[in-house]
Amino acid sequence: MKIIACIKQVPDSEAKVRAEGGQVTWGDAPLVINPFDEYAVEGALQQKEAHGGTVTALCIGPESAKEALKHALAMGADEAVLVSDPALNEIDSLGAARVLAAAIQKIGGADMVVFGRQTLDNGSGLTTAQTARVLGWPLLGLAGQIKVQDGSVTIERVVEEGRVTVSAKMPVVLSVVQSIGEPRYPSFMGIRKASKANIPVWSLTDLGMSAPAPVVKRIELMNPPVNETKIEMITGETPEEIAKVLVDKIIAEKVL
Amino acid sequence: MNFDLTEEQRLWQKTVHDFVAKEVQPKAHEVDVTGEFNWEAVRKMGPLGLLGLSIPEEYGGAGVDAVSAAIAIEELGWGCGSTALAIAAHNGLGTSPIVHFGSEELKSTWLPRVASGKHKLAALALTEPGAGSDLQGGVTTKAVKDGNEWVINGAKMWCTNASIAEYIITLVRTDPRGGSRSLSMILVPTDTPGLVIGPAEKKMGLHGSPTHAVTYENVRVPLGNLIGEEGKGLQQTLATLAGGRIGIGALSVGLAQAAFEHAVNYARERKAFGKPIAEQQAIQWMLADAATEIEAARTMIYKAAWLKEQGRPYNKEASMAKMFATEMAERVCRNAIQIHGGYGYSSEYPVERIYRDARLMTIGEGTSEIQRLVIARHILAEE
Repeated sequence: MKIIACIKQVPDSEAKVRAEGGQVTWGDAPLVINPFDEYAVEGALQQKEAHGGTVTALCIGPESAKEALKHALAMGADEAVLVSDPALNEIDSLGAARVLAAAIQKIGGADMVVFGRQTLDNGSGLTTAQTARVLGWPLLGLAGQIKVQDGSVTIERVVEEGRVTVSAKMPVVLSVVQSIGEPRYPSFMGIRKASKANIPVWSLTDLGMSAPAPVVKRIELMNPPVNETKIEMITGETPEEIAKVLVDKIIAEKVL
Repeated sequence: MNFDLTEEQRLWQKTVHDFVAKEVQPKAHEVDVTGEFNWEAVRKMGPLGLLGLSIPEEYGGAGVDAVSAAIAIEELGWGCGSTALAIAAHNGLGTSPIVHFGSEELKSTWLPRVASGKHKLAALALTEPGAGSDLQGGVTTKAVKDGNEWVINGAKMWCTNASIAEYIITLVRTDPRGGSRSLSMILVPTDTPGLVIGPAEKKMGLHGSPTHAVTYENVRVPLGNLIGEEGKGLQQTLATLAGGRIGIGALSVGLAQAAFEHAVNYARERKAFGKPIAEQQAIQWMLADAATEIEAARTMIYKAAWLKEQGRPYNKEASMAKMFATEMAERVCRNAIQIHGGYGYSSEYPVERIYRDARLMTIGEGTSEIQRLVIARHILAEE
């Protein structure tokens, strides 16, 4: 079975992300594989272990995104491909879907394309569905369990209200959620392989396309309003007196 | 000259750091308080390669280079001294004699088992009630041949991992006449009748790394359990300890790094005289000294490990690095407590634990005094 895991590189979850001059910055915080995408790689590797085949990790991003791909290789992915082009800096989720679909075709298609449920940075959670739409393949979203049988994929979709079992013929596009299982740690053997891997970098020219024009434009970027807090020490002669002042304040502030 | 880690070492460092931050460090306090070994993390170390640092891939290990091994122990030390010591002793003392001197049968029987994380670990017993630094003259545990078996009698002390080990490699006297060719290493499975592992010793720190007295009463093992050559036990032990010293030094760098990070964070948050104490010169000097000494120790450890990896002599450098790193860790931890003031003395803050854990490092696997002896002998032999 041919499996592609789509991943993204994002700022570490502990990074202090700020808007500055219309741009997003995160200081010198490290960039990591999107934590949700580690589940995508885990899900892909589980299917490879169950049915044989290969896992290719696919990523759009700058040269530095090779780090995220190396993480996927160290976890056990067989190959990795980076799509990198300066013209891709301003793409929206539909643009990313078009580029991913083209890259998936260039890889030679797949039986299964696995995404994480969303990214930690933009977090729209749209790219999976849009990629499925561009490819013309069925989408099986929010899978907590994946079963493959007779050319069909059946998943247990995890929704707030419970579980839904849905099925589609391969090839399919999937997104996975945490209940797929904790992502494995890379092994030293995997790291050895990843450190020697020569990751191909494809430009838009290699994919035979130009940068998709964004259909959604970002007009403005702003920081959340600063939450001003103040501290007031309540003093009094007796605990009862202090408690009364506190209660009055709680009621005045409409906390209760 | 190149001070950069290789791509493989860099990815390894990041992986082990992330693993330790998630699986080891959060349990360090609990491990210290309860004295319970962190098996949960150790089970996950097998697939990662942390239990087979020097074991070749064909025997289920990771076979990492010496610098990567030092990096792994340093990161473990950063997370939890107890867990790090157990893993350092497992790799450096418990498995490496088999890797370097063991027969094919011993390698294929025992190494995959202890590298997997599914079973117990490995241990080495050298010290005796009456023999520590002076192994050659002091070891009285003896083994005699009887048919196709060794019969072992005697007692060992301070055996790290004994109760969590599949086997204990035991240094025994095989030639009662004494001398430098009178000792041998024999592998003793821990379920062998006559082998008694005492209760865990009560210690100042490293509560989650069990240490035991072990007694041998007519313990019988096959002749094939001899590791390396009969009469070469002392030489094999010294070679093993030289490698182990890099491990203990690396562990100390990790402990110091952790204490230092706690001290920096505390100094930034704690206010006195209207400003964070990090703005007070007295605090800044302690932090600057700590950062400098950690950097120096780490560089010495990496250099010794690099020499070892190149197959070049490294005993002097390993002793220097072990001595400096372990004494450095004590100073850094001491000052980390000083920076914390009264809170530093409280067991609610991690620097108190790290200080106690660090205290062993100038004693175990060759005291600072023995390191100075080794260094001095090298210097004087070179002149």
